[in-house]
Amino acid sequence: MIDNLSMLLKVYLTAIPLIVLIGVYCIVVTHNLIRVLIGVEILTKAVTLLLIIAGYVTNNTAFAQSLIITLIVVEAVVVATAAGVILNVFKNNNSLHVRNIKHLRG
Amino acid sequence: MTSVIDIILAVLTTLAALWAVMKGTLLRAAIALAATSVMVTIILFRLNAPLAAVFELSVCAGLITVIFMSTLSLTKPRTYEENMQHTKKRFSRYWLLPPIVGIAAIALAIFIKPFSLYFPFATSGTDVRSTLWNLRQADIIGQILILLVGVFGIIVLFKDKKKSGKEI
Repeated sequence: MIDNLSMLLKVYLTAIPLIVLIGVYCIVVTHNLIRVLIGVEILTKAVTLLLIIAGYVTNNTAFAQSLIITLIVVEAVVVATAAGVILNVFKNNNSLHVRNIKHLRG
Repeated sequence: MTSVIDIILAVLTTLAALWAVMKGTLLRAAIALAATSVMVTIILFRLNAPLAAVFELSVCAGLITVIFMSTLSLTKPRTYEENMQHTKKRFSRYWLLPPIVGIAAIALAIFIKPFSLYFPFATSGTDVRSTLWNLRQADIIGQILILLVGVFGIIVLFKDKKKSGKEI
């Protein structure tokens, strides 16, 4: 049991930093607003995995699940609102380039 | 056998995330993101988290993909020539990512040794509903507030400028 658990930890603690790396690289390198949102989504996938691994190894999956549900609700709201912002940026500039955000007033 | 399945799932999740970032067209990137969510859902089911898995599948793989598709359909698609030029530019920016991920994967696989957690942990119960409603009531209030903020934010974003009386 402990061997399985330690192997599980090793596998997912190897995969999660890689997914974080992919998400951060996507956000840093891209010039497209939708792709920035995709990078944020990938980062939240890594956080979801980290929460459930932490819950599983500490025998606290119920607590981890409740945190994941909260995270998913926040994620959905953030994506919906960010999509609205992106659509407004596109409507005003006819482009999805990140530099257009600099031209916002207010 | 268990660890082999976990390794396969972890590798597929990482590859799906890499696919979402590397794909040229945004539509395929959104589909790859949904595939990443499906892989995360399978992992959640395996780790005894069925309620979170159902949420992940319905909201992240379903709703958020639909939001991405709607956003893409409301923006202007590129022409074929623009797409070809863009692919070259993208390659110059993204070619470093697969080698970096590969090197990081090898380094992490070497340096992270299998370890066990022997010390006891305080558990909060096994029922997710009682945990959510009794222990995490502030989270429920926070979720409701965040949903309201999201709804009002979208209303403000798509408010008709003529009705508002002045140009924003």
